[in-house]
Formats: sequence, C-alpha cells, structure tokens
Amino acid sequence: MSLSTHTTQDLLDQLQSGQLTSTELVTTCLDRIDAHDERIGAFLHFEREPALQQAAEIDRRRQAGGTLGALAGLPVAIKDNICANGTRTTCASRMLENFVPPYDAHIIERLRQADAVLLGRTNLDEFAMGSSCENSAFQQTRNPWDTERTPGGSSGGSAAAVAAGMTPLSIGSDTGGSIRQPAAFCGVVGMKPTYGRVSRYGLVAFASSLDQIGPFANDVTGVSRLLEVLAGHDERDSTSIDRRVPAYSQNLDQPLDGLRIGIAKEHFVEGLHPEVEQAVRSAVDVYRSLGAEIKEVTLPHSKYCVAVYYIVAPSEASSNLARYDGVHYGFRAEKFDNMIDMYSATRGEGFGDEVKRRIMLGTYALSAGYYDAYYLKALKVRRLIRQDFDRAFEEVDVIASPVTPTPAFKIGELIDDPLAMYLTDIYTISANLAGLPGVSLPCGFSSEGLPIGLQLQAAPFEEERLLRAARMYERETDWHTRRPAMNSNSAS
Amino acid sequence: MKVTTVVGLEVHVQLHTRTKIFCGCVNRFNPDAPNTQTCPVCLGLPGALPVMNQEAFRLSLVTAMALNCELARFTKWDRKQYYYPDLPKAYQISQYDLPFSHDGWLDVSSEDGETRHIRINRAHLEEDAGKNTHDESGRGGDSQVDLNRCGTPLLEIVSEPDLRSAAEAKAYLEELHLLLTYLGVSDCNMQEGSLRCDANVNLHIEQNNGETIATPIVEIKNLNSFRGVEAAITYEADRQQEEYSKTGRKLGDPGVEKETRGWNAERNVTFAQRGKEEASDYRYFPDPDLMPVTVSDEQLAEVRGSLCEFPAARRDRFEAEYGLSKYDASVVINQGEKFADYFESVAKGCGDGKQAVNWVTQNVLRELNERSVTVADFPIPADVLAALLQRIVNGDLTVKSGREVFDELLSDHDKGMPPSIERISAIIDEKGLAMLADTGELDSLIDATIADHAKAVEDIRNGKLQAAGPIIGKVMKQLKGADPQTVRERIIERIQQNS
Repeated sequence: MSLSTHTTQDLLDQLQSGQLTSTELVTTCLDRIDAHDERIGAFLHFEREPALQQAAEIDRRRQAGGTLGALAGLPVAIKDNICANGTRTTCASRMLENFVPPYDAHIIERLRQADAVLLGRTNLDEFAMGSSCENSAFQQTRNPWDTERTPGGSSGGSAAAVAAGMTPLSIGSDTGGSIRQPAAFCGVVGMKPTYGRVSRYGLVAFASSLDQIGPFANDVTGVSRLLEVLAGHDERDSTSIDRRVPAYSQNLDQPLDGLRIGIAKEHFVEGLHPEVEQAVRSAVDVYRSLGAEIKEVTLPHSKYCVAVYYIVAPSEASSNLARYDGVHYGFRAEKFDNMIDMYSATRGEGFGDEVKRRIMLGTYALSAGYYDAYYLKALKVRRLIRQDFDRAFEEVDVIASPVTPTPAFKIGELIDDPLAMYLTDIYTISANLAGLPGVSLPCGFSSEGLPIGLQLQAAPFEEERLLRAARMYERETDWHTRRPAMNSNSAS
Repeated sequence: MKVTTVVGLEVHVQLHTRTKIFCGCVNRFNPDAPNTQTCPVCLGLPGALPVMNQEAFRLSLVTAMALNCELARFTKWDRKQYYYPDLPKAYQISQYDLPFSHDGWLDVSSEDGETRHIRINRAHLEEDAGKNTHDESGRGGDSQVDLNRCGTPLLEIVSEPDLRSAAEAKAYLEELHLLLTYLGVSDCNMQEGSLRCDANVNLHIEQNNGETIATPIVEIKNLNSFRGVEAAITYEADRQQEEYSKTGRKLGDPGVEKETRGWNAERNVTFAQRGKEEASDYRYFPDPDLMPVTVSDEQLAEVRGSLCEFPAARRDRFEAEYGLSKYDASVVINQGEKFADYFESVAKGCGDGKQAVNWVTQNVLRELNERSVTVADFPIPADVLAALLQRIVNGDLTVKSGREVFDELLSDHDKGMPPSIERISAIIDEKGLAMLADTGELDSLIDATIADHAKAVEDIRNGKLQAAGPIIGKVMKQLKGADPQTVRERIIERIQQNS
C-alpha cells in the first residue's frame, strides 16, 4: 500500500474495518523512512522494533475485540523536544544528545492512551530556535518538494515526514510559527492551538509564554482527530486551561453559516511574494464564493510583532536554557579549570550559534537597567497586540492571511542573515504573542512548484470554528491532495 | 562617643507542608538518603513545570497575618537567576516586586523590659535550594549535591533595621521562633535548617560635633542558632568599631559596598567571604510557568478564622486573667503553646493563677528539665495537678504537704501507677497530711500544750513571740497535717485571749 493516497480518516476506517492492520501500516511507514529519509532527514532517531511491537499489540487487542483508543494503530512521529519516558530526547542539541527523560510528557501519555504508535523522533532547529532546521546540531532536513530547500522550522522534521508520506500524523511545537511555517513550506496542514489548550508538561521549554504543542496531518480532518487527543486540562501545567474539549472532527464537514472572514491590510505589504499574495487572495475568493462575508480589519500593532517577539522569546529562553550547565545531566565539557569555567566551557561547546545568540539577546534584555526598556515594554506592546485581535474578532470569525512571506527558501540562503530569517516569521508570531489558535493549510503552488500556505486565525478557544472554516476551504480545493514526487534519484 | 548597633534580620523559615512547594515530593528533612525525595519538577528536568502548593501559600498567609502584615490581593512569582550546583534550574522561583505581604511588625521585649516595636519590611514565599557538600579533607575530592531539600517551601521574613543590639536581635528571633511554633507553620528546627538567619549589621557612631556617621553595612550569612546570632552581632559590632577607628571608612563613601561575611561558630569570629561575581544581577522576571495569585476576601476571612491566639496576646491575657506578673507570663508563654495550655488548665482547675504559675514554673519545669521531656509527656495531667492545688487553695493542704503529694505522684508514675485525682486523696490519707478542718481539736491540743509551758507562755505574753517555737513543735508532732503558720497563729491567739 502507499500512504500518499490516504488520509488519516481513511486509515482509521481501514484499521477499524480490518482491511488494514497497524503492523502493515507501521511497516509501510518504517519502510518509507528507510527508503527516503537518508535524502530527506526528517527523523533524528527511531526504533523499528518497539514501534512494531506496539502495533502488533494493538492489532492483537483489536482482534480480541478489546476497547481501543481514538487513534488506535495509527503512527505518530514526535518532534524531538517532547519527553517520553526512556526515549532519548535531544532537542537537536549536543547539550541533550544523550538525555533520556525518566517521564512522559502529558501529550505522550495522551497518545499512549489513544493507542497511537510512537513512530520516531523528528528533526528540529536546536531547542526549536529557527525557521529552517539549519540549526539542528545533527542533520539538515530537506523539503520533500525540493530537496535544495528547507522544510521550514523549527518543526521541519515533523512537517517533512508527513509531506513525504513517512507518517500520517506528527507532532510539533509552535513558539513563533514553528508548526505553521513548516506546514506551509511542506504543503501539509499544521495547527497551533490556543495557548493553554494543550499541556506543555514534558515539552522542553523554549519560551514558556509562547510555546504550544500542535498537530500535523495531510488534511484538516487528520489535524482535528489528533487535536482531540492532545487537547485538555492537565494539572501539572499551571497555564493549562480547564475547559471542555469539543469533538473537533464531528461537525467538521458542516459549513459555517454567515462566516465572517477578516483580511488585515497590514498583512499585505512589502516583502510579500506576489505568488503568495495571489494564492491567499484566491483562497479568500473561494470563501466569498461560499457565501462568507469578507471584511477588512486592522491590526495596527502588528508591525511590532517581530520586535516584541525577539525580546520576549529570547528573554524566556535565556532563563529556560540556563539549566543546561553540565551539573546534573546532559553534556559536560571535558576540560575545565574550575566551576565557573565548567559552566562556560559546557555551554560554549554544547550550544549552537543561534541558541547562543538568543541566550545573549535575552540575558541582555533582562539585565538590570535594561529590563524596563526592553522586557517590560515588550510585555506592554504584547498586550496591545492582543487587544488588536480582540477588537478584530468582534467583527469577524477568522482572519485569513499568508503563513509566510515567501515559499520555502533554499538551504543556506538566509543562514548568514539572522534578521532576514527572523522576518520569515512575520505572519505567524502574532498568534503566539496573543495566544490565539492558528492553522496553516495548503492553498496553492508557486511557479517553481513549491507549496503555499493559507493561515487562518481565530479568537482563543475557537478551534472548532477555526477547523470548520479551514475544512470549508479544503473541501472546495484539491491542494491538500497533492504529494511531492518521492523518487529517490531526485537527491541533490 | 555614643555607638549604636543597628541590625536588621532576614529570616528564612521552611514551611511544614506535606509536600514541596511546586511538586508532589514529600517535604521532609532527610540528609541520610540524598536525592531520594525528588522528581522531574524539583530536579529541574527539561519539560517539567511547577504547580503552586496551596497549603504553602495558606501557611504563608497565616504567618503574615500574625506578623501584622499588609496582604497583597495580587501577587506573582518571579525567577531569581544565578548559577550554583544546588540550584538545578539555575533560577530560584521567588517573589520580587509584588511579595504576598509587606509592612508588618512584631513586638519584642527588650533587655530593659521595654517593648520594642520591630517593623517587618516584607515576607515572601520562595523555594529552597538543594545542599552542596564539599570535600573538606583538602585532598580535592568531588563536591556532592543533594536535592532532597530543593523545592521546600521557604518563607523569607525581612525586618527593618530596627534592632538596636545583639541581645535585641536574639530576642526578636526568639519571639519570631515562638510565634512560628505557635502557628504550627514550621517546626523551626534550627539544627536541621528549618529556621535560618542572615543579619545586616552596622554602627551609628555619634561624633564629637554631634553628627552621626554610619559604618558600612555587613551581611552575616547563615546564622543557625540564637546564641550564634547574638555572638556574631556582638563580634561584628566590635570589629566594625575597630575598623572604623583604623580606616574611618563609612557608609556612602566612594567604593564602599555592602560586605558579606560568614560566621565561624567554633572560633567565634565573622570572616570575609569571597564577594559574589561582581555585583550580582539576578535578572528577575515574572515566571511564565506560574499564574499570578489573586487572594479573595473569603480566603482571607477563612484564614483569619483559623488563627490561634498569638503568644503576645496570650501573654497579656494571662497577666489580666490570672493575675500573673509580666515576668511569670513570659516564662509560661515562652515555654511554648503546650506548656501554656497546661498552665491554663491548671489555673482554671484550681482557681488560682498565682498558685498555678508558681507550681508550673518551679516544680513542673524542674521535673521537665530533670526528666528531659516536654510537657506533653509530663506524668501528672493538668487536671490532677489542678485538683492537688485546689486543696492548697482551699486550705485543706499545706504547700509543703502538696509538694510531698506531688513527689509521691511522680514516684507512683515511675513505678507504673498513673497519677490520678483519686491517688491524691489516698496519698494524703496514707501520709496523714490532711489539715485539721476542726479547730476545736487543734485548740484543745494547744491548750494542753500551753499548760505544760508556763515560761514560754509568759514570754509570749510579754511580746517575745519567738518563744512559741517549742510549743509549735510539740503540737505539730502530734498533728501531722497541721499548717505551722496556722498553729503558730492559734497558739499566740489562745495565749493572748487567756491573758
């Protein structure tokens, strides 16, 4: 069988009806990883046997007529910054190269309860800091649509794995666009839920007030099914919200009556690739043709998003990553003269350039005498950004925008220009700053054959409406059904 | 030249909760099994997140109320960032600019008997760090880290620099210790580090021209006994005075910074500690993993309703209600809540506070010391002692006989017989200690004895009252339970009546 023609729902139906076993499905995925991942580099590490054992166990239970979880038998790939008991969790950093957590993240528990098969661990920019997987300490993930290009980041491995048909589902984390941007670059669906919707317990923190775990799939239904499993309250995360989780996939195919789509003029400015603009405007036209009301909204503070983000995120990161000091676990430098030197050598050798750059930015922003001018001011602007959205969502149900200013860029193209790299997140950052849910879904291709993403954002905890709106578009188009050619000789 | 010692104390109190402040690990002193009371959260493992322990916060509110603090309705958690091996996250979760309480006070009795009103600047809640142990053999062995203590709820109580002597600082710490023990928020075991103290010390020296200068402020770290606090401040005051007379350096001079010194309890000296790397910048910022805490009226009312009577109030009440002297009230209260409860039961039971206080502060306290037990394990229950004292108060038993019964009850206990009210009567009977209720018998005995002592009677009539001695002795010999004072009075009365 080939995964590329099947959606998550197809696979679930086939597993349930007995047409397909989990063992067959997992074997297909593992074989596909074997065949293509040397070229794509989506997975950092995986183990065949445990995955196959888990699949066999689920098959056995299904045959015995036992009760099975919501994702029974379905493989899920995990970004390598989410802790699973006994599984190496590296964050694509030398610092945690051999770190094996003694506990499960909340979402890993949820996935186990749902009888999902944990397939393997996907590549990312080191500690989720980056937009291209170029900051991984171990390997470069390549975009399945064009292997000279990046898959985006930081969850580039999870996006590429779905795009390349190596897994139907994967998990990412999104701090400034790290799910949505690679989803757009790789032509899959990726979603960042509302802040607090999914527990962060076990997600290795980058920027705690912005981080959120979310799903990847090759269609909106797949993302909805996975989100149903991930979402929900967890007492171990104080920022997790105790709120009912709707059955997102249930009414997904029912169009929303009187849907109001917002377009912000601030999203269509200089730097936006004309083909991306064209694709997004065409997508809006599809909504118009479905009877949606299209309204212009204004987000006056959105021009400060990148600046605010690059104060808040590095500040929190500088604190969150301080624990990697070589004392208790993880990498420790071999040569040092004394304790302070041990700290310096360990951190100097264990972290890559981008991580060090952000730690320095954050340390500076939190320093005495600078705190008020940078961090405190950034928090105030952050509140204004949230207020912009609150006002806009009084007028509209979702805001449609590009996900990225351009389609996937080439490996090495921006690596020496951090600022240009940071600007690739310009459309996604605001959802993290405001805590909103956002989804990226395929809405076209560039003349070079690269996927283009449409971003929809909604008010906090409006995932149900957001996904239904996304599904309305998806039903009318076939972009999400397109798959990259995966012939092995296209290797660069 | 008038020199005043000026002291402010920072006291760290470990709160006595079942679990740690941000995780479910047991909160217990356990240095013998290092790193066994830990989990991903208090180990600071990647991905682990803190959750506030509500009980720790409630105990903090209790303490702040007892310290007369203003309570914030909105408080938050901040990260205090520094590198040290006993701090696995490389930041301590603490409270910076919005502590949950501020501006309180604690009254302390000074040496001169005056009450001193010591202002509390703030009390905030934070997590304790782990403990490093270093190889002290000098052979350069590895240092070791025990994280059992990591995440113990720690209340930091910061006084204003209102203390004016080493003794006063000690008295403040003792009063605080007593209060915290009464409140039951901490076991306050200083040997185990549940109560730790840093002292900020400097001198105000009046110059000949009438101006007052201040010496540079020194923070003495890690004082872990009452005696240590007093001794360290005394030493430091002398040292600063000598230093000033040599260098003339004073607070505010260019280049003068706050100095941190340690306390060597063996050698009784403070010593300079290596300064922290430059001036430390902790880069405080609000912890994004924890929600700010809002405190409601209902919550405050509930906590207030649960409060016990504070020691200071109880001291005042004992003076007023039981007629105790200030000194006696302090002795009773300072022994702790259980002892004061014991006193109060005895006082109520026998109806005489002064009689009760004499007995508990002398006889009971002496026995407790000799037996090295607390009042909870004292063999004579309060109601039994009260019954015994009631007989004395009623005039049925002399104080001296009372002591005999008291001793007998204790030796009963030592023989395995529980002291009881019934035993009191039995002992009195056995020993014939009962005071004569019928003065008729006493009078006839006196009359008979007087008749045999004509010379003494004559002397007494002439005002030589000490001549009554032999007659008293005779009477007492025949009437065991008689109160010598009563016998003496009766004899004199009879003789004078018959003159």
